[in-house]
Amino acid sequence: MGLDQLYQQIILEHAKLRHGSGLATAALPDGDAHGESHQLNPVCGDEITVRVAVKDGRVSQLRWDGNGCSISMASASVLSEMAEGMEVAEFTGMIGTFRDVLRSRGTVAADPEVLGDAAAFEGVSRFAARVKCAMLSWVAAEDALSQATTSQATKPEA
Amino acid sequence: MVATPIHLRPSATELGNEEILRIRNDFPILDQMVNGQRLVYLDSGATSQNPISVIEAEQEFYEQRNAAVHRGAHFLAVEATEAFEDARASVAAFIGAEWDEVVWTSNATEALNLLSYSFLNAGLPGAGSEAARFALGEGDEIVVTEMEHHANLIPWQQLAIRTGAVLRYIPIDDVGTLDLEKAAKVIGDRTRIVAFTHASNVLGTINPVEQLVRLARSVGALTVLDACQSVPHLPVHVKALGVDFAVFSGHKMLAPTGVGVLYGRSELLNAMPPFLTGGSMITTVTMEKADFLPSPQRFEAGTQRISQSIALASAVNYLSETGMERIHAWESILGSRLVEGLSEIPGIRVLGPAAGEDRLGLAAFDVDGVHAHDVGQFLDSRGIAVRVGHHCAQPLHRRFGLAATTRASTYLYNTTDDVDALLEAVAAVRPYFGV
Repeated sequence: MGLDQLYQQIILEHAKLRHGSGLATAALPDGDAHGESHQLNPVCGDEITVRVAVKDGRVSQLRWDGNGCSISMASASVLSEMAEGMEVAEFTGMIGTFRDVLRSRGTVAADPEVLGDAAAFEGVSRFAARVKCAMLSWVAAEDALSQATTSQATKPEA
Repeated sequence: MVATPIHLRPSATELGNEEILRIRNDFPILDQMVNGQRLVYLDSGATSQNPISVIEAEQEFYEQRNAAVHRGAHFLAVEATEAFEDARASVAAFIGAEWDEVVWTSNATEALNLLSYSFLNAGLPGAGSEAARFALGEGDEIVVTEMEHHANLIPWQQLAIRTGAVLRYIPIDDVGTLDLEKAAKVIGDRTRIVAFTHASNVLGTINPVEQLVRLARSVGALTVLDACQSVPHLPVHVKALGVDFAVFSGHKMLAPTGVGVLYGRSELLNAMPPFLTGGSMITTVTMEKADFLPSPQRFEAGTQRISQSIALASAVNYLSETGMERIHAWESILGSRLVEGLSEIPGIRVLGPAAGEDRLGLAAFDVDGVHAHDVGQFLDSRGIAVRVGHHCAQPLHRRFGLAATTRASTYLYNTTDDVDALLEAVAAVRPYFGV
């Protein structure tokens, strides 16, 4: 597996774009339930904080702050771009599918119909040391979502 | 029969590429392709490779002498015990210590924990009057440096937390040199232990051991030297350095994993309470209590890592035959070439001493705009093995405003071609990632 299959152009672009990055610059939507999760990869020191807001059964906002390699930053960017507006069930399903592909060591193909741009991370599954990089923000999002949907944490109405 | 090196090498001349290519033939693992490219192994600072003589020494033990040591009256037990104790004597001689001053541990990390736990035990009930000098409490201070590997930081943090002592540190300046003026202020009357690295695994800095020992001695503090990056690469004589304790790991010096060394002055080791207890470290045992053997057995409870210790002695033999002065001189050449070459590449920031200054044969660097993990992946695609991350030195990286760096580290089997392959690849990193 060559380097270019890992670092697909779309990944390198997202690593620079960092869609949805900046927690402080985006106000939490009024009245939406939300959760926040901080995840750290102690191997390389990469870290990310993901905040997910939910309203009427849909992800209303996904923002993050992080520092890490191009794989982890690009994966957070793609996640943020895809998540907003998704139904909660669809969103958790997508996270499960993404995890299955990444943990498959190249045996499960990514379906672009389900994963959209995130299908570009298929090649990461061949690089065992990088799977955690790609999963970091998705794990954080899963945790943040479960807080948002189980607790009734809502921003007080202004 | 002890495995002998494949060929004898002249010791008077300096090492050069031609002889390094012969040395490489002793290391079977180096002769392979990775990702379609010649393997360029530049991660010896993390773990080194084994010459065939070391691999054979371990194999020979299992094929001909394997038995439990220090017990049993049979032939194999005697042979195994002799080989095990001969190995200790060889390793002791290699660092200028007496045989009973070398304690086998699993690695340097365990050796440092042994010290930390022994000093902790010294303050607990039943430790005895001899151990009182090692006990710490409120008002006492432990001093480390800002450049320590986590292995020489966390055991002391834990000891401080558990005893009420205060942990202080000697800061480093912007090029990664210890600030000796501040050291003279940090080390004071309350200081009981000064633990510091001989050579930094990130910066490549070689610390002024004598000056730190003098400061520690002037206040009656014990000195603990992390020699993980020095003993494999420089001539090290623990008595000449005057440290009370020193630790290092076998796998960083051509030996297998699973064996390391705690050196301690005999008088100290024999007064310290044990860390692990059980079989092999006792004299008389009743249902109520036990008396302990002197060092080194006092610290070697349970069946030991016999084959690894024998392999470490074989590694020490290999290093001695090659010559530690020559190895150091060669790695200095590689280190300078690394730093000079990296410094010329746009967007590369090398940590530690500048080009032309003394350093180990390693360099950790930051590539502007590209995370170390991505740098490592790119280099791997060209068959080049380096370490990426914080190299178990998070406070040091934080000091330089970085989360992770890429580190290339050499050993006696690296040629200037290896260094040049790295330089060429590093120059291609930022263009590849579009930075």
